[in-house]
Amino acid sequence: MITVNHLCKSYRIAKRNPGFTAACKALFHREYEIIHALKDVSFTISDGEMVGYIGPNGAGKSSTIKILSGILTPEGGTVSVDGRVPWKNRIEHVRQIGVVFGQRSQLWWDVPVMDSFELLKDIYSVPTPQYKKSLEELTALLHLEELLRSPVRQLSLGQRMKCEIAASLLHNPRILFLDEPTIGLDAVSKLAVREFILQLNKEKGTTVILTTHDMQDIEALASRIILIGKGQILMDGNIDSIKKGSAAIDETVAELYHSYEVV
Amino acid sequence: MKKYFSFFRLRFTLGLQYRVAALAGIATQFAWGFMEVMIFAAFYRGDKNAFPMSLSATCSYIWLGQGFLAFFATWMMDNEIFDSILKGNIAYELCRPIDIYNIWFSKSVAVRLSRAMLRCFPILLVAAFLPDPYGLAKPESCLHFFLFILTLALGLLVTAAFCMLIYILTFYTISPQGLRILFTSAADFFSGGVIPLPFFPEPVQKIMELLPFAAMQNVSLRIYSGSMETDEMKKAILLQLFWLFILIFTGKILCRQAEKKITVQGG
Repeated sequence: MITVNHLCKSYRIAKRNPGFTAACKALFHREYEIIHALKDVSFTISDGEMVGYIGPNGAGKSSTIKILSGILTPEGGTVSVDGRVPWKNRIEHVRQIGVVFGQRSQLWWDVPVMDSFELLKDIYSVPTPQYKKSLEELTALLHLEELLRSPVRQLSLGQRMKCEIAASLLHNPRILFLDEPTIGLDAVSKLAVREFILQLNKEKGTTVILTTHDMQDIEALASRIILIGKGQILMDGNIDSIKKGSAAIDETVAELYHSYEVV
Repeated sequence: MKKYFSFFRLRFTLGLQYRVAALAGIATQFAWGFMEVMIFAAFYRGDKNAFPMSLSATCSYIWLGQGFLAFFATWMMDNEIFDSILKGNIAYELCRPIDIYNIWFSKSVAVRLSRAMLRCFPILLVAAFLPDPYGLAKPESCLHFFLFILTLALGLLVTAAFCMLIYILTFYTISPQGLRILFTSAADFFSGGVIPLPFFPEPVQKIMELLPFAAMQNVSLRIYSGSMETDEMKKAILLQLFWLFILIFTGKILCRQAEKKITVQGG
């Protein structure tokens, strides 16, 4: 169970005009702008839910995920994930969650995928029988047999992403955060990833929170949608409530963004 | 503890993969070692009684310094750690049940150890067969050799703990360049990397020996050739332990502070 109440987070960003004069001026006087990435965000997610967290670029999606996974400390508000405050006891908290950042890599570049997995086993202190079981399941579901012995640098993006997802699940977390897991993937890989996530949710009851710009991801996966824009929750409902007849999902969402004036 | 060791093991084995880099390193260190030996030999020809260490001890110091360069060179820092901070991959490290300081510390030690393992044996072996007094002499005694190994390990840990400070300060400065240049040139000079500390004028040397830099290569390399008295050795080892504690303690506090106000760069 995840409860988020009145969450606030802001960043200080140095700004200056382009050009030499402005750069010289900035040497003596620097202008900062405070960007409120999150202003008063509240929601509750129950166990076993699959939630799509959507919004335009810069809406605060990644900031929320990073706070929920204990990476960032917010300025205000409370968060409780299964009774834990993520940023207060980070190490205790992250033992129970899995995170995939679609734009980053957690696998060691120069060694076979298997080496990274074995390291994660030790990092999470997963007992050997349980590790073997998870590995077998993940290998079968994601079709990894061929990939595990290759160095990560020689995998394609789609192959790597499958391994990244497997890596985040070796310790059998109860909650999985996916930050743009299908970014840059081809149709086949996308479908494979989606199918896998559905199955994971259905069979193990893993809570999944997913951010993405791919509305088909949302359509295929999320039973519930939280729409965030300019740091505020704009809408929280199920996918059918925003769908209008036969309009394609991308158009519907674009219209939604416009109607809330967030883009 | 096991997880940090596994991390150490993986980084260590990864380091052993880079054979060509090691060969290039060995060649450079030979060239550098010979150059230093020749310079000192020329000085000693002028008046050998004017120097605080015998030529043989100085040459041993040079060859050991070259062999274990990867242990003590503060400028050999891990760009992966800088990248992790600067490009935001630290996000992944933070969502693991690991302590950031400990994991980076074991990583730094592993990198240095694997580099030195690949490089030190050929260099020391060849140096040992060079004609006296230009090569690597035998250790002064068994006890000296034992203390050499002990202080070598302590020196490695002090160097790694010192570099940790630079990594962590990058959280605050965003660019590591300035700090790196400042700290590594200071460290090279004050640790006896350019010339051994006994060659400095007495008053300066007294101060230098108290600094954390003197707890890096200075102690073990001098103990090996017996150019330290028993009292001096005791004091030097205690200072190594003292600085190791202070550096790790400061690093951990800074790291905790930095983690609280971390920004993940690059979204």
